[in-house]
Amino acid sequence: MPSERPSQLLRNLSAKLASVPMILTAVVVFLGGTIWTIVHSFTNSKLLPRLNFVGLDQYERLWSNDRWLVSIENLAIYGVLSLIFSLAIGFLLATLLDQKIRFEDTFRTIFLYPFALSFIVTGLVWQWLLNPDFGVQSVIRRLGFEGFVFDPLYDADIVIYGVLIAGLWQGTGLVMCLMLAGLRGIDEDIWKAARIDGIPTWKTYLFVVIPMMRPVFITTLVIIAAGIVKLYDLVVAQTGGGPGIASEVPAKYVYDMMFLAQNLGQGFAASTMMLLSVAVILIPWAYLEFGGRRRV
Amino acid sequence: MSSPSAIAGAVLADAAIESRADAGPRGARPRRAFSRRNVFLYGTLILVAVYYLLPLYVMVVTSLKGMPEIRLGNIFAPPVEITFEPWVKAWATACTGLNCDGLSRGFWNSVRITVPSVILSIAIASVNGYALANWRFRGSETFFAILIFGAFIPYQVMLYPIVILLREIGLYGTLWGLVIVHTIFGMPILTLLFRNYFTSVPEEIFRAARVDGAGFWAIYFKIMLPMALPIFVVAIILQVTGIWNDFLFGVVYTKPDTYPMTVQLNNIVNSTQGVKEYNINMAATILTGLAPLAIYFVSGKLFVRGIAAGAVKG
Repeated sequence: MPSERPSQLLRNLSAKLASVPMILTAVVVFLGGTIWTIVHSFTNSKLLPRLNFVGLDQYERLWSNDRWLVSIENLAIYGVLSLIFSLAIGFLLATLLDQKIRFEDTFRTIFLYPFALSFIVTGLVWQWLLNPDFGVQSVIRRLGFEGFVFDPLYDADIVIYGVLIAGLWQGTGLVMCLMLAGLRGIDEDIWKAARIDGIPTWKTYLFVVIPMMRPVFITTLVIIAAGIVKLYDLVVAQTGGGPGIASEVPAKYVYDMMFLAQNLGQGFAASTMMLLSVAVILIPWAYLEFGGRRRV
Repeated sequence: MSSPSAIAGAVLADAAIESRADAGPRGARPRRAFSRRNVFLYGTLILVAVYYLLPLYVMVVTSLKGMPEIRLGNIFAPPVEITFEPWVKAWATACTGLNCDGLSRGFWNSVRITVPSVILSIAIASVNGYALANWRFRGSETFFAILIFGAFIPYQVMLYPIVILLREIGLYGTLWGLVIVHTIFGMPILTLLFRNYFTSVPEEIFRAARVDGAGFWAIYFKIMLPMALPIFVVAIILQVTGIWNDFLFGVVYTKPDTYPMTVQLNNIVNSTQGVKEYNINMAATILTGLAPLAIYFVSGKLFVRGIAAGAVKG
């Protein structure tokens, strides 16, 4: 590597100066900010952050707060279902597009366009579509099914599924694209050979292609999972957390505690819990991915 | 069923044989256009496509109707009487709180946020990526690793420390504060993008320039920058859509006067006062989605490359 020349101590000075923003971001904001928040989650900060340590008080209060428990439950339901469905739908769409079809570009463009839209736009559109007085429910009732009920956004028991519908609409296109890239990475010869051996297409997918795409699946899984924890804008736009607190999510809890309820300590504790959940996903993955071989 | 890897092994062996005897007619066997397979395949694809297009269609249709028609009619029905008034109102007179100058304010705020954020974040990240690829120094890889891991930390963890930092430098609540925030959070993915690209540039080009006496900046501006133009386009697409669509940072780091478009849109539609005017709401929603949609439809495959790279950002 060109950097090893000890005779000139300042040889890389320009590179070092140019990297100052990166170093500041990495060390001060990412590392420093994270540590700062974790430390302050053990204090009783209210309107302003202060270092008055109270041990695990904030966490005890957090885990005995109904709103937080609902948030966690919602995130778990949304997370599991959105992982399963976006992987399944994304993979199915990708295999359909991989059948050497006509108009592939058109279909791909259609499936992916929601991803270009913000969660706010997505949430507002689906709020309108799921509006019980004007949306899907009213249209079907007018067709003659008077008793038809489909108002997830106004039913506390199922509101999170209403959010899930919108989230899947927005995000499956991305999964499809990643899967399609994975499928295109499979050697054509494997398909030829499977055909010669008389293996049915679905079996080839199930027992040859999917195992070969393991890295693509894992990457996609990590990407979706990291996105799920951040779920915020969609809920704000589509339901505002309601009805009541039925569709609250952790990210919204953090924002509301920090910037609306002037209860910083709770916000810090809740965001530290979010960090912990990401770490639970990320560390095993990083270990699997990079554990065997050292960084180059 | 034997193990998948065994099948794959057999498959590979067969593939070798097959490629040698590859002299016959090429291409797939011709099929009838309306085979059962095709009907099923295209039927499914078209159904799914309709499902994906429906929300966009409903948005457009609703925004072109008057309120009486919306109250009486079906959201899927095309407008009987097309009116552009909701669009005009959404743009110029819709109210958020005390301001009644429509989404135009948010639009221009978003432009004023997006343009400098895109330029600054890409300028910094491309130089970072270049330094990491060609001018490694002690610790550079460690900083980079922290940066990449930082991309996975939930933003909520860093929200408040950044509030303090911005307050210290006097930029909290200003457009420039938000620009800095976007630059910070765009840095991991953009740096990765540029680092990977510059690493793929043959080492010889870099060495030749060094031998000719070119320094850090000369090599960057005269050699690397012109070569990396496609990556710059990908980065621009990635950043423009990402920053335009941002909501969280906008709502945390700006004040009502400087709210970006997404925040203002949400305030207009989800405001609790007054009669809900769904046609205006939908017009406002389309207006906000228009910029990223335009970029998406114009840039096509580059957008796909951008999101494949930017997927890490979530």
